[in-house]
Amino acid sequence: MKNRPFGRTFLEIAAIISLTFFLFSCGSRESKESKVNEPSAPTVDITEVDVSALQDVKEAEKIFYSLPSPLESAMLIKSAGAMFDEELLNPTESTSLYSTNKDMALNLGIYTCDLSFASLYDQTQLVINYMSAAKKMAEGLGILDAMDEETINRLEENINNREAIMDIVSETFLNSNSYLEDNEQPAIASMVLVGGWIEGLYIATQLVNMDEFESDKLVVRIIDQKLSIGIMMKLLQDNNEHPAINELISQMTQLKTIFDKINISTTRITTEVDSETDVTILKSKVTSDMTSEVFVELANKVSEIRSSYVK
Amino acid sequence: MNKIAKSTLFITTIFLAFSSISASAQCKGFAKKICKEELESYIHDGNYHAAILTEGEEAELYKTFYSDQDYRVAICGSDNLPPIEFKVMDVNKNVLFSNEDVEYGKTWDFKLESSQQLKLVVKVTTFEQTSDAPASGCVAIMFGFKVR
Repeated sequence: MKNRPFGRTFLEIAAIISLTFFLFSCGSRESKESKVNEPSAPTVDITEVDVSALQDVKEAEKIFYSLPSPLESAMLIKSAGAMFDEELLNPTESTSLYSTNKDMALNLGIYTCDLSFASLYDQTQLVINYMSAAKKMAEGLGILDAMDEETINRLEENINNREAIMDIVSETFLNSNSYLEDNEQPAIASMVLVGGWIEGLYIATQLVNMDEFESDKLVVRIIDQKLSIGIMMKLLQDNNEHPAINELISQMTQLKTIFDKINISTTRITTEVDSETDVTILKSKVTSDMTSEVFVELANKVSEIRSSYVK
Repeated sequence: MNKIAKSTLFITTIFLAFSSISASAQCKGFAKKICKEELESYIHDGNYHAAILTEGEEAELYKTFYSDQDYRVAICGSDNLPPIEFKVMDVNKNVLFSNEDVEYGKTWDFKLESSQQLKLVVKVTTFEQTSDAPASGCVAIMFGFKVR
């Protein structure tokens, strides 16, 4: 082996790094133009609401498919006037049973939804237990900074302050999913969202009072989830390089088949700005037609899918 | 492969990986520390939508918004970027809001009479004076709601 002068080796390396940088920066200068279609004029009712209807032929540089977060799902249940039922939550004692990345990702979403649900109903001890369960799932996935000791301490110090707790839940969930996105694990991040979404749907379907089916506000929220199933499918299809995703797609396809039995029609949206609050109100009328039979079929399917996630 | 080539490949790989993670981490910090502030009293939903975009580039976001909830969307770009334009559209691609009409304001507060799936189109505008190296930086999209 011949010895080579350090200076020369260093110069060669520096030259190659500079060349690589130059090539990369040239690549980033390319600007793809993507045009937004002008508004289509006629007022129409729609019966099939799907993300594909919104997509342009030319794609943007980055597309986000945003599902309701576990926190938002729990908030929707609470705002519909539902009662709290601890029995519906995934027991925190089960954390040791989840060992695969898929199990831990799904249950990170599930436990975060349960945590959000408990926090909205001021269930202080459950909040601590579910934060700990979610922390175990996050750590199992290698997310070490999602919930550190400081977060746990802050949670305990603010245990009677609902808004502060929700802010902590929001922050820890942001830490988890930003870690997964930044470390090129979008498939795992999408599994977390699926877990949280299914848990919210499971809790909502279980809390519906069948004696007041026609007037139960939770039923409206469950019908609303039809609007997210197309987004869910796109999210999973975009991340189907992970072997576990195809199984989730299969389950979500079965769920979509039932959602497809529900018709939703909406009038054209008009806008009105409240001059006092500067809040824009999007005005429209929606009609839908879910029967109690379709609801039961949907609830059973959600329960079956959720049973395959929790142990 | 000789020793120099191996060393070069190793260092370049490490360097690029570090650059990539560092840029992503900057976006996470930008979203958490800068953009989230724009939500003020609205509770952030916890979802993370951020990417590095260059002048003239676009991002799209699809999301369902629910009736009778108070929402704020905040869309922010790094200081080195020109203003960020965003439009909100319905399923028929009717534009419901454009921040171009409010001097590229970063936030929009809204509520819905009925739940709807909406699309947000976010575009980094371009500086008036063209440059050989267009600016790139983080763009974050954050949603907040009010708790009832």
